[in-house]
Amino acid sequence: MKPTDTSNPDYFHKVVDCQWACPAHTDVPGYIRLIAQGRFSDAYMLNRKSNVFPAILGRVCDRPCEPACRRGRVEEKPVAICRLKRVAADNRGDITDRLPKIPATKNGKKVALVGAGCASLAVANDLMPLGYECVMFEALDRPGGLMWTNIPAFRLPPEVLQEEIDMILNMGVDLRLNTPIESMQALLAEDYDAVFVGTGAPKGKNLEIPGRYDDEAHVHIGIEWLESVAFGHIDKIGDRVLIIGVGNTAMDCCRTSLRLGAKDVKVMARKPRGFFKASDWELEDAEEENVEIVINHSPKEFVIEDGKLVGMNFDLMEYDIDDNGRITDTRSVGEEFFPCDDVVLAIGQDNAFPWIERDIGMEFDKWDVPVVDRRTHESTLKGVFFGGDAAFGPENIIWAVEHAHQSAISIHKHCHGEDVADRLPDGMSLATVKMGIHEWSYSNDYEGAERMIVPHVSLAERFKQLNIEVELGFDAEQAATEVERCLNCDIQTVFAAKLCIECDACVDICPVDCLTITANGSEEELRGRLQAPATNLEQDLYVSGELPQTQRVMVKDEDLCVHCGLCAERCPTGAWDMQEFSLFHPHLKDELSPDAPGKFRKYGT
Amino acid sequence: MSYISKPKVTHPGLPRNELGMTIREYEGGMSTLCAGCGHDSVTRALVQAAFELSIPPHRMAKLSGIGCSSKTPAYFLRQSHGFNSVHGRMPSVATGANAANRDLFFVGVSGDGDSLSIGLGQFAHAVRRNLNMLYVIENNGVYGLTKGQFSASADIGSTAKKGEENLQPPMDPCQLVISLGGSFVARSFSGDKEQLVPLLKAGLMHDGFAVVDVISPCVTFNDHEGSTKSYQYTRDHYHPAIFADYIPPSEEIRAQYDEGDAMPVTLHDGSQIVLRKADPDYDPGDVASAIEYLQRHRDAGEIVTGLLYIDEQKPEMHALNKSVAEPMSSLPFQRLCPGSGALKSLQDRFR
Repeated sequence: MKPTDTSNPDYFHKVVDCQWACPAHTDVPGYIRLIAQGRFSDAYMLNRKSNVFPAILGRVCDRPCEPACRRGRVEEKPVAICRLKRVAADNRGDITDRLPKIPATKNGKKVALVGAGCASLAVANDLMPLGYECVMFEALDRPGGLMWTNIPAFRLPPEVLQEEIDMILNMGVDLRLNTPIESMQALLAEDYDAVFVGTGAPKGKNLEIPGRYDDEAHVHIGIEWLESVAFGHIDKIGDRVLIIGVGNTAMDCCRTSLRLGAKDVKVMARKPRGFFKASDWELEDAEEENVEIVINHSPKEFVIEDGKLVGMNFDLMEYDIDDNGRITDTRSVGEEFFPCDDVVLAIGQDNAFPWIERDIGMEFDKWDVPVVDRRTHESTLKGVFFGGDAAFGPENIIWAVEHAHQSAISIHKHCHGEDVADRLPDGMSLATVKMGIHEWSYSNDYEGAERMIVPHVSLAERFKQLNIEVELGFDAEQAATEVERCLNCDIQTVFAAKLCIECDACVDICPVDCLTITANGSEEELRGRLQAPATNLEQDLYVSGELPQTQRVMVKDEDLCVHCGLCAERCPTGAWDMQEFSLFHPHLKDELSPDAPGKFRKYGT
Repeated sequence: MSYISKPKVTHPGLPRNELGMTIREYEGGMSTLCAGCGHDSVTRALVQAAFELSIPPHRMAKLSGIGCSSKTPAYFLRQSHGFNSVHGRMPSVATGANAANRDLFFVGVSGDGDSLSIGLGQFAHAVRRNLNMLYVIENNGVYGLTKGQFSASADIGSTAKKGEENLQPPMDPCQLVISLGGSFVARSFSGDKEQLVPLLKAGLMHDGFAVVDVISPCVTFNDHEGSTKSYQYTRDHYHPAIFADYIPPSEEIRAQYDEGDAMPVTLHDGSQIVLRKADPDYDPGDVASAIEYLQRHRDAGEIVTGLLYIDEQKPEMHALNKSVAEPMSSLPFQRLCPGSGALKSLQDRFR
C-alpha cells in the first residue's frame, strides 16, 4: 500500500467516527471533554457552533453519531453522546453575551425564509450576524415547525424549544406568523435578494386500502394528528388504538395515544424486527410504556360496522431472509383481525409544494419535487434555495441544520454576485497534546464502566399529564462517568516513519493489537496478516512510509484504537505522537474571513 | 513508565489457547523500564511463548537477580510464582526451587551484568549441573541501571554514550556455555520475535539448562552510533545460522522441509524442534565446530543467531542426582524426613 495521505482532512476526520457521522460535524469529543471539566457553557457554545440547537438535539436528535461511536465496537454500547449534549445544555450558565452580535447597520440584503422550522431558523442564525434582513413566513401561529408540532412535549418540553428558538428570533428576525406563502411567483415578485424554502415534508402518507374513508373521524394521519394534539385540538382517543408503521413518528404516536387515555396500543409492523425504521432507543422507550409491537402484519382493510370503525384486517406475512439479512421472498400466509377504536397512520411523509408554480423556471423531478443541488442547495431557479426536509425529503433536525449552514453560504454568495459553487474546502489542524514525558492534556485512561442509563419518570407518574418530560437527564455522577467513556478519538495517533527504530514497544503495549510492523503488501493481503486481523473494511489502515532500518512499514488498523496513548508513551523517539485534530468545516462567517483556516480555534484549546 | 495501566479492553477477535485463556491473561504489571527498552519486547515474547504453549500460569516460577533485566519477571505472567534474588545469585535460588518442585516451568531472566560479571560463577555451575530451566540473558553491553558503564559483553572498540572506547575483550555467553558443556544454547534479538518466540518455546520445553542470549538494546545508554548492541548495528550485522520451529507433540510436522537442511530434534515430551539451516556449513550438534563457527563469524563482526547448540541427551540435574520422580514438595513429611533413625543408619553406611 502507498503511505496514507494524512494531509487530506478527511483521513483523520474519519477516525473521529462520531464527528464524521454527524451531518453538521459537531466536535463531539471536544465538547465531551469540556463537560468533563465542568465547563458546561463552553461545551454548549461548541455544540451551538455546529448544531445550533444543543438543548433540543440533546433530547430528540436522531443521533447518527451513536451507532458510529467507536466505543460501540470496542464493547457493546456507544457513549451516550446525545444525552451528554443535554447535560451541557441543562447545566450551562447564561450565554447571552456569547451569542453572535447583530450589527445595527444592515447590509442592505433582504432574504425571505419560508417556514419557521429548524432549517429556516438555522439559516437566520448564520445570516443575521452579517447584517441581513431576514423575513420568516410561518403558516401556523407559533415558530418551530415540526419540532413543535410533531415532537410530543413529553420528549421535548416547550420551554426548552422556545428558549433556543428565541435565541435566533431575538437577533431581530422579522417573523410573520399565520402567513402561509401561497405563491412562489408572488414571493419572487417582491424585493427579496434570495428565497430560502424550509417548509419540511408536511404531507403524511396515506394508506389507500378498503374502508379508508368510511369512518374518517377514527382514522388519523400521524403527523397531522400529532400537530392537532400539540395545538390542543385533540385531547382524547379511543381505548384501543392501532398505529400503522414502525418509524419514529409511530413511536411518538403510540406514546401520545397512551397519554390521551388509550388503554391498549399496538404498533403494527409489516416486517420483522431489524427492519424497523424507528431508532432502537425510541422502540425501547415505547416498549417500556407497554406498547405492544406486532410484527409481520400488513394492513389489508379497515373493518367498518354500521358506519363505525371496529377494527382492521391484516395479512399475516412470512419472509425469506438471506445470510446478509436481506429479504429475498415475501408471502401472505393468512389473515388476522385486530379490533380497535382508532387507527393512526404513521407510514412516512412526502414533500409537497402546491404553492410553487410549475411555470416559473424551476425544474421539478419525476417525483414532482424541485431539483436541488446537493452542495449549494440552490434550485434551478437562481436565488431560490432549499434546506431541511424540503430539500431532499424527510431526514432529521441535524441534517436540516447542516443544510442551513450550507444554504447560508450560498445565499450570501448569491446576494453578492459570487459563484455559489466556489466554497472553502474543509481543513484541519493538528497539535500535540504532550505535556510531559508520560503526561497528556487529555484523560487517556480507559474507563471500564458500561453506558449509563438515563433515569426516567416512573410509569405511574408520567401519564398524569401530556407534557411531563419522561427523561430526567443524567445526574452529576452519571455524567462524570459517562464522559470518561469517550475514547477521545480526535486525539490522533500520528506517526513519523523516519524517527522509528523498530523497537516494537508500541506494538507490544497496544491493548487492542492494532499496530503491526511488517513487510508492505496490498491492502487486502495486509488486512489478513496484521497483529489482529483487520476485518472492518469501513475502517482505514494507516500505513507509514518505509521504516529506516528494515524498510518494513508500520500499519495501524484504526478500527478499535482506544486512543490511550500508550504507543506514544512507550515510543523512545517520539515517532508516535498524540495530536489533537480540529476540523475546520467552514460556515458563512469563515467564508468571510480572509485567513479562515488559520483563524480557526476550538473552544477550550 | 506510564501513569495508566494497560486498558483491560481487548480486541474482540483475540484468540484463546488450549486452556481457554487469551494472551492478555499472561501479561504482568506495567513496565517501569525506559520507553523502547529491548527488555519489554523480550517480556512480550515470553508472554507469547507461555500463551502459545498453554502453560498454566500457576505452574511457572520466574526468577531473577538484580539489574534492569531482572525487573522483567514483574511484567509477565502475573499469576505465576516469582523470586527476585540477590545480584548474580539467581541460579542458586533457582536450583533450590527446582530441587523442591521439579514439576514447575522455571524461567530465569538475567542480564549481561548479572550473569557475566557478578554472577558468572553461579551461572557457570548452573550450566554444569544442567538445571532444568529457561535462562534468558537480556544482553545490552552496558550497566543501564547504573547509568551506562561497559559490561563484560561490550565489544572492543564499541563506545560509551559520551565516546569513551571499550578496550577489554567481551565475553560471549553462547561460546562460554557451549564450552562448559551446556545442553541448549541460542541467541536472538529483541527486535525479531519471529525468531525469538520459537526459541523461548523450545527452551521452555527442553529438558535441561536452556540459555537464550538475547541482544536487547538499551535505548537510553547504548543505542548510539558507536554501539555494537544498538538496534541499527544488530540489524546490520545480523547473521541467522539456524532457524528453529517448535512443534508441540499434538501436531504433525506439516511444513515442507528440504532434505539435508532440516534436522528434527525430539524433546522428552514428544514435541519436536525442527532446525533449519540458513548456513549449510553449520552443525548445531557438534561442540568443536559450533565454537569454531561462532568465533570465526564474531571475528568477521557478525552476530550469529538461532539455536546454536542442542544436545537433548545430556542428563539434567534430577537425573544426575537420581532424585525421586515426583516433586519433593509433594512428598509426605515422613518420606521427606524419615527421622533420626534413618539418618543414623545412613551415617553408619559411611563408617
